[in-house]
Order: sequence, then structure tokens, then C-alpha cells
Amino acid sequence: MIRLESVGLHYAQGSTPGPDVLRDITFVVPEGGFRWLLGPSGAGKSSLLRLLHLAVRPTSGRLALLDVDITLASRRDLALLRRRVGMVFQDFRLLPQLSAFDNVALPLRLGGRAEAQLRADVAEMLRWVGLGKKFDASPAELSGGEQQRVAIARAVVARPHVLLADEPTGNLDDVQAERLMILLKEMNRLGTTVIVATHNEALVARHPGQSLRLEHGRMIEHG
Amino acid sequence: MASTRPPRRRGGDDLGLRPGLGERMLPLVVAAMSFIAALALAGSIGAASLAQRWQDGAAAVLTVQVPRPGAPSGDTAGTNRLDRTLALLRGTPGIASVRALSETELTDLLRPWLGSGAGKLSLPLPAVVEVHLSGAGPDLVALAPRLEAAAPGTAAEGHGIWVRRLSALARSLEVCAWMALALVAAIAAGIVAVATRAGLAVRRDAIEIVHGLGATDGYIATRFAARATSQAALGAAGGTLGALPVLLVLADLTAPFTPGAPALIGAASGATEPLLAWLLNLPAPLWAGLLALPMAGSLIGYVTTQITVRRWLRQLP
Ligand SMILES: Nc1ncnc2c1ncn2[C@@H]1O[C@H](COP(=O)(O)OP(=O)(O)OP(=O)(O)O)[C@@H](O)[C@H]1O
Ligand SMILES: [Mg+2]
Repeated sequence: MIRLESVGLHYAQGSTPGPDVLRDITFVVPEGGFRWLLGPSGAGKSSLLRLLHLAVRPTSGRLALLDVDITLASRRDLALLRRRVGMVFQDFRLLPQLSAFDNVALPLRLGGRAEAQLRADVAEMLRWVGLGKKFDASPAELSGGEQQRVAIARAVVARPHVLLADEPTGNLDDVQAERLMILLKEMNRLGTTVIVATHNEALVARHPGQSLRLEHGRMIEHG
Repeated sequence: MASTRPPRRRGGDDLGLRPGLGERMLPLVVAAMSFIAALALAGSIGAASLAQRWQDGAAAVLTVQVPRPGAPSGDTAGTNRLDRTLALLRGTPGIASVRALSETELTDLLRPWLGSGAGKLSLPLPAVVEVHLSGAGPDLVALAPRLEAAAPGTAAEGHGIWVRRLSALARSLEVCAWMALALVAAIAAGIVAVATRAGLAVRRDAIEIVHGLGATDGYIATRFAARATSQAALGAAGGTLGALPVLLVLADLTAPFTPGAPALIGAASGATEPLLAWLLNLPAPLWAGLLALPMAGSLIGYVTTQITVRRWLRQLP
């Protein structure tokens, strides 16, 4: 379960706090829920996902993720919590010095999975996103869409409890985008809580679902 | 089958730890530090053993000068002043042995001052008696009047004050060497910390990503520390090895002052046994210290990196 109560966020600009990026955000997503996260560019969608991925801490309000109140959690608990949250970044954030295979294997290795076990999972995941022939390619050798698919594979390979996706179809063609939606819905059906931020109104129209709508850092619709 | 193909490298270099140019300098810097540390270590151990030898040896010696040794004694008829003094000293508690220096020894002793012709000069040389003490030694205050009665003009001279001054000097040298050693350790830690911070800044993006995937501070710190440890160990071992020939030559130079130690000349003849003996010229504590240096270097590398990385990671949530 994800629960936010009057959460506010501003980024520090040097030593002074910057303008509010998120203001008074309150909502709940039950375990196994699915939500579109919508809103114009600059509304704060990526910032909200960053909060849920524990990459930034709220500057006000309370945030509970998977029933852990993050203001009370230790650094180690936060690290363990992050392993249960998969994230597809808008800018992919692949490790440039690792191959596609090693990028996808990273969450499993960090989780202490044995090498012999993880290989099959990683290979299957990469083949599923259509990169069965690109195991050894480095991110720089991949197209934007291929990089995005590596990022998707990395986010889901460890079967996270929560999956956050920031514009996951931004660089994909319609066929790939549909395949991704099938994957996300299947994971959701198996119990993963999924939140997808997107501008792609056509995609939302094809896959209607509950949505969270942000505007100027405020939640104007939820449920 | 792609699924059975192993990744290019097990675990992978997720943090991009392959060293940059600046970081390849680290083992060299640590090697230089260890070289200095090895010399300081040798200095401290040398000074300590010198102080010890002076205290043990010279403190237990008393010199008694008997002017006009052949003249009759002052209190016992039929015996000369030297024999009377020797008998008196032998009968005094706290004295282990008594020996009058021979004419030749005395001439040798005085040669630097009087030249080789000292013996031919008809100078009235006093007899010199070397007295080895046992335990706390005799009561010098009580001994003086008895010597004066037996052979007027006889002087007993303890080396205590000089020994005390010399060993204080040696002790302070030892303290200096230890301080140099501590300073070298502190500088090494500082250099490791600076190099680590530079390495962290360069890899900031990779660290943020790995952190975001759920890596604990301990995992990241240990990855950095493992690499720093092996680099520091390598550097420290190199530096210590480099200092070894210098230390052996120093030991060889000081060999005349440490009787019993074989000299390089013997070793250079080609036999392996003298070479081994020559290596054994270095005192055992120094060997132990030299072996400990690479371990100390690794420890400094490990602990400093752990602390530096964990502190740096606090800026991430
Ligand atoms: N690291 C940062 N430091 C300072 N300001 C930031 C930072 N990241 C985002 N912002 C600001 O926060 C606001 C919201 O940005 P955010 O990236 O969350 O928007 P978004 O809804 O994801 O937009 P888009 O649809 O274009 O991705 C923007 O005004 C942006 O300038
Ligand atoms: Mg965004």
C-alpha cells in the first residue's frame, strides 16, 4: 500500500529551498492497484515518482510505502525497501560501463541472488523485451527504444511489489508500447502495484484505468 | 544458447571502479609512504635497542683510577696500592668482577690522545680498573673513603649520569621515530580519503543508480574499500621491499657497533649461508614490523575508505 498525507516537496537550490514542486499531495493506492499518473509537462509527475522511489524525501507531510513509514525507517531499511520498488526512469539511467545483460542482472545481484539462478531469469526477461540478440551490447550501442526496453527489463526482473514507470513508452513504437502494456497489466494482475506516468493520451484511452492527475504540483484528481 | 552464456564479467563493474589515471597513482604514493615508514620503524627499533644496550651494559660498569699503582698501599703493609685496591673491591658486596686493564690496553685506550708512542713516554700512568657491578651495585658513598684510605688519590667513577643522558637521547630519538611513523600513517589516511572522495565524485551517477536499485551503504562502501585495500597493500608491500636494501646496508654500516653481526664483506663472497646471516643482521622486531607494514597499509586503506564512502553517501536519501 502507498499512502501520502499532505506531502510537499521542494528541491534545494544551493542552501536556500527552491519553489514548491509538489504541494499538499494526499492519496492512497491499495496493494495491487493500478494508476495512471497524468498531467502536463512540469506538473511534477517525475518528482512524485522520485518520492515513491525514495530518491528524495518529502519536505513536509508523511509518506508510507509498503506499510513502512519512511520518516521512521533506518537507512538500511530504506535500501531494502527500494529493492521492492522497480522504477523505469524517464531518462533510463542505465550504467554505461555494463552490458545490457549486466544492467538487467544488477537488481538480482544486489539482492544476493545466486549467479546460476539469475542467468535464466535475466535472459528470459531480455528476450521478452525483444533484446535476445543484444545481451553483450553496452547502452551506448543501443537505440533509444532498446535502452528503454533494457530499463523496463531491469525494473521488473526482480518481481518488485511496486512498479513505477516514468513515460515508459516515450521511445517505443505502437507495437512495443502495446507489448509493454500487456506486461504491466500482467504484473498488476499478479499483485504488483503499478503507477505509470505518461503524456500518451491514446495509450490511456486504449487502457482505461484509475488516474492521478497533477497540475502545478497539486493533485486535482485521484481515484 | 544465449541463456547459458555467462556475462562478460561475474558481478560486473557496476560502480565503474576501473581506476582512473589519478587513482593509479595511489599505490605509488602508498609505496613512498611505506618506504618512509620502514625507515622510521628501523630508526625507532634501533634507538630503542641502543638505549637498552647502554642501560644494561654501561650502567653496570664502574671505572676506578689508581695513581702510582706500584707505590705501597696506605693502610696495609707489604702490598702495593693497585693490589690493595683490587682486593678491597673484590670484597665489596654488589661487585661482580674486577679487572685491571693491562699496559697494552691502557696504551690502546690512550693512543688517540697521546699517539702511538704513549708507552714510551715516561708519563706516570695511573692503573685503570674495570669493575662490573651486580644488582644495584655497591654503595659508592661508603666505598669512596675506604678507597681513599687504601690508596689515597684513587677515584671511582660511575657512568650512571652519562648513561642516563645517552639513553634519554636514544629514547627521544625513539619517540621522534614513532611520531614520524604516526605522521606517515595520518598522511596516508588523508591521501586515501582525498583519492576516495575524488573517485566518488567521478562516479556519482553510477552510485546514485546503484543506490536507487537498493544497494546498502555497506555494499557500496565495501566495494570501494576492497579495491582501496588491495591497492594500499600492493603499494605498502612495494615500498617496504624497496626499503629493505637500504635497511640492510644501514645494518651493515652499524655492524661494527653490534659485535657478533656478520658483515656484508662475508656475504658478498657468494655463499648463500652468509647471505642468510646477513639478512638476519636486522633485528627480529624490525622484521616483524616490516611484515606488519603492508598489513597496516591495508588496514588504513580499508578503514579510511569505509568511513569516507559512508560519510559521502549521507548526502543521498
Ligand atoms: N532536481 C531538480 N531540481 C530543481 N528543480 C527540479 C528538479 N527536478 C525537477 N524540478 C522542477 O520541478 C518541476 C516538476 O518537474 P518534474 O520533472 O517532476 O515534472 P514532470 O511532470 O515529470 O514533467 P515532464 O512531463 O516534462 O516529465 C519542474 O518545474 C522542474 O523544473
Ligand atoms: Mg517527468
